[in-house]
Amino acid sequence: MTTRLNPSLIVLTVLVYIFLMGPLIIVLGASVSDTSYLTFPPQGFTLHWFERIFEMGAFRRTIITSLQIAFLATGLALLIGIPAAYALNRYRIQLPSWLSTLFVLPILVPEVVLGFSLLRSVAVEYQTPIFATLLVGHTLIVLPYCVRVISASLASFDFSIEEAAISLGSRPLKTFFTIVLPNVRSGVIAAFILAFITSINDVSVSLFLTGPGVSTLPIQILAHVEQFFDPVIASVSVLLMLLTVAVMAVVERTLGLTFLAK
Amino acid sequence: MTHPLTVEHLTAHYGTTKVLDDLSLNVGAGELVSLLGASGCGKTTTLRLVAGFLEPTAGAIRLGDTDLTKLPAYKRGIGLVFQNYALFPHLSVLDNVAFGLKQRGIAAADRTKRAGAMLERVGLSQLGDRLPGALSGGQKQRVALARALVVEPPLLMFDEPLSNLDAKLRVDMRVEIRKLQQANNTTALYVTHDQEEAFSISDRVAIMHQGRIMQLDTPEVLYQRPANAFVARFVGFENLIPMKVTAREGENVKAQAPGGVELSLPVSRFENIPDDFVLATRADGLSVTADPNAQGIPTTLGLRTYLGRAYQYQCDSAAGPLLANGPLSSPLEPGSTAKLVPVLDQCSILKPE
Repeated sequence: MTTRLNPSLIVLTVLVYIFLMGPLIIVLGASVSDTSYLTFPPQGFTLHWFERIFEMGAFRRTIITSLQIAFLATGLALLIGIPAAYALNRYRIQLPSWLSTLFVLPILVPEVVLGFSLLRSVAVEYQTPIFATLLVGHTLIVLPYCVRVISASLASFDFSIEEAAISLGSRPLKTFFTIVLPNVRSGVIAAFILAFITSINDVSVSLFLTGPGVSTLPIQILAHVEQFFDPVIASVSVLLMLLTVAVMAVVERTLGLTFLAK
Repeated sequence: MTHPLTVEHLTAHYGTTKVLDDLSLNVGAGELVSLLGASGCGKTTTLRLVAGFLEPTAGAIRLGDTDLTKLPAYKRGIGLVFQNYALFPHLSVLDNVAFGLKQRGIAAADRTKRAGAMLERVGLSQLGDRLPGALSGGQKQRVALARALVVEPPLLMFDEPLSNLDAKLRVDMRVEIRKLQQANNTTALYVTHDQEEAFSISDRVAIMHQGRIMQLDTPEVLYQRPANAFVARFVGFENLIPMKVTAREGENVKAQAPGGVELSLPVSRFENIPDDFVLATRADGLSVTADPNAQGIPTTLGLRTYLGRAYQYQCDSAAGPLLANGPLSSPLEPGSTAKLVPVLDQCSILKPE
């Protein structure tokens, strides 16, 4: 039996793809244009603008900072988020219901407000180092994703499995690592990807918390376009995309993206 | 090694709600005792307390000479079989069974051998490499059983293990559980809400209600001689008739039923009859007769249903609504009057509620 495809559905699908891919193709094209200004379609071909990124110290430094912040913030958020999600699900009956809402609150607060209040209440008040403040800010914005995604995974986990392991002589902490964690692996991976990408692309919170000497890549891009209109911006954007793709690829390689679909 | 389980004066609360009220229970070495009752009666709470997943507010739990009350769950060494199997989804069937052995520090080669042998005993030796997700419900419960038994636990506990299986498989599995439990001579505590299941495989059954044991006895005694009105109703005594002793004459006690009829109860059959008591019977224990001179409780017959072996009548009697059976040979019409004669062999005497 063959399935007849609806022609209008095909047209719609193609349009959606163009809508999704269009900006990427424009940026990709502009990044290799052999002109001193941004243009599409590209005129000529050069990788000069990619070389320029690394010649410019500001970009080099901010890429490293962005990566450091993204990995550390994601790591911290998972360290807090996994036990939190576990406790929220394991003791759902005993815990008040507003507690799980508490972990979603940072999503509800506009990021600009979050960034500003962190600046006022932490950075200015306590004169904390810029890097540390950035890390706190990023951990805060990615934590809700970690808790939600891992919670969703744990919601379908049958905790009598954990009790079975304990009754067979496995210590509770060991049981968590050998029995619970392997069964919510997909949730942890999804949380990692979501958190990492959120952090590396963040503008609103970083805008307030970056300062002299320490900045993240998106903020540096903003600063750059305020002064220049050269294709470096496009090539940096391509680089940022590649970074995101690379993270997905690593996950795909090691664990398979099908985990995310579960 | 097999040990008796002793539970003494166990009390437990969920928040401020008392869910277990001064419960004492003894399961002899190698004995299978069921906790039977409706949901919320405290049977699962009792099991979870013994397993160590809940903490009692008062009382003690002992297994042989070991005091379990303060011991963490992972040190109790109790084999558990859950309603939803609770197999480890990410481990193969063989690794599931070998899990407990691994925790006990047994070498890989030895535990593979022992787990394999146990799988063979439950008839699943071919499925060792599968993941639990690829098994049927019955197979899963066999794996769970093997996993609990392979460590040779001093106590085996079952929490509604057959509730997720279909009727036919339930009967097969309960026989299998009983066989394995007896073959290993393991002390066992079995929680269920299914009366037939509990009665069929238990040495003794504790009928529970509101956090207390109403009666703990062999299935035979529970079925024939319930100790109180709750248990009587639970095991299907539909008729509870209030009676009053009018005279005690040597071998017989005369007692008056509602409607004025006087019954003579032989002391040889009924001991210690209080002045006020309840005569409890199933529908079979009340015989319907149209004979106006019979010594029975006067009644008007209501709806008649056909049971195959008898007719059953819903009666509006002098003692209130009763359920009685009459012979197939002489069906009586709804609306007519009749007498209900207690069949004393099938009656039980209870204290009034």
